[in-house]
Amino acid sequence: MGDGTLFDTTRSAIRTDLEDGTQAAASRAKLPPLEADELDHLLDIFASPARFTAVDIGDEVVLSKDGTGTPQLGSRVDALYAYEQVLAHDTVELFHIDYSFKAVKTVVPFEQQYMKEAQERLTVPVHYGAQPDLGRYSEPDGPCGNWAQLLPALKIDEARAAQEAAVELAVDDMVYVGEALWDAGADGLNFDTAGAAGDADLLAALLAVETLRARHPDMGIMVGMASEIVLGTHGRLEFHGTRLAGLKPAGQLRVVQEAGATVFGPAVNSNASRSTAWNTARALTFVKPCMAAAEIPIHMNVGMGVGGVPMNAFAPIDAVSRVSRACVDVLRLDGL
Amino acid sequence: MDVAHSCASGMNGLRAAGDLVARMQMAKGMRITQAKRYVADRLGVTPRDLSDNTAMHELRGELRLGRIFETEASYYADPSPLEAKCHIADLLGLRLGVVERFKAGLAQERPARR
Repeated sequence: MGDGTLFDTTRSAIRTDLEDGTQAAASRAKLPPLEADELDHLLDIFASPARFTAVDIGDEVVLSKDGTGTPQLGSRVDALYAYEQVLAHDTVELFHIDYSFKAVKTVVPFEQQYMKEAQERLTVPVHYGAQPDLGRYSEPDGPCGNWAQLLPALKIDEARAAQEAAVELAVDDMVYVGEALWDAGADGLNFDTAGAAGDADLLAALLAVETLRARHPDMGIMVGMASEIVLGTHGRLEFHGTRLAGLKPAGQLRVVQEAGATVFGPAVNSNASRSTAWNTARALTFVKPCMAAAEIPIHMNVGMGVGGVPMNAFAPIDAVSRVSRACVDVLRLDGL
Repeated sequence: MDVAHSCASGMNGLRAAGDLVARMQMAKGMRITQAKRYVADRLGVTPRDLSDNTAMHELRGELRLGRIFETEASYYADPSPLEAKCHIADLLGLRLGVVERFKAGLAQERPARR
């Protein structure tokens, strides 16, 4: 299930869930549902009694990673090293537990020192990641008006002005932190959960990416999204003529590409009350239009509670392996 | 979850050649087929070989690209991560920040000894 619980079901019930899941996305986003052969393949994956499943030999894809490490592995750099040497991850990501560019700005020299140490101990690419986290710029945590309070009070113009002011501050912080970590040797940056606070949050990430790309042509930049549809908390913001509110994964990809990112990570949130088969079919339907439009690699988000993976801190491996294989087999993704 | 994804669909990083393909995606924005082909050509293997950990362990050792260490063998003569990344940058035609800084440091003139 979408919350990680194990339950008994039948092949026909799984088929129904897959069809319902793809139709849910198709009607929500006005997209074509998955094809019959794609649903047949998903059915084979999800109806298998095997504990684990995997892609065919030769079909493997690159795994990028937000926030690498676990508390059992010692220091942050020890954790990165363990992920390289023990878990054999393709990339790792140094991160601060606050995972916000605004928060990281205050400790950036120490993050640079950790990056230097990581670069001296690891061979695989070490990225640095954090979130645009636009809400941090609103009162009481920041200097801007709180649009979450202004909007219910119908102070629409004030809410919009507050978000526009926050965007400027966030862009400055993201560029500052990004350049600092790049200078310390980072192999790339990850702007994670872009759009979490709505269209203004996404705009801030895009403007930061655009600035960094112009200044650093060699910089690897990954933009991972927060959800399948960008919330219109401002409603009128545009990036190079494209209105950001309401953008779905294919539209999100287009603006992220235009800003100059090298990897795009679409995110589709899981419904904890529906089955993993239902969630996966729904997520694949949302992301499928990206594949034909992509000029850069697509690394679909398949962490806790996204992409079909259950909303559970310890997601079961039978569910995760099925989602992992389904994404690669059906969409021919570039990575996860 | 990380282990499940890694086993189900990952390229297995330093255990095979996943880190090299990842570098081409992140630095150059290459799609997976293009990135695999590019790395395979540079290594003189087929794209399918890139996730063959036996073949890649030997090749990475020969080319001094860094590899996984385990307890049954001694790897004392393998390159340090920094040396390995110098070879990787050269092999893939990439500018890696940590390598550029290292080279700049070596080239820097030091004060003469008294």
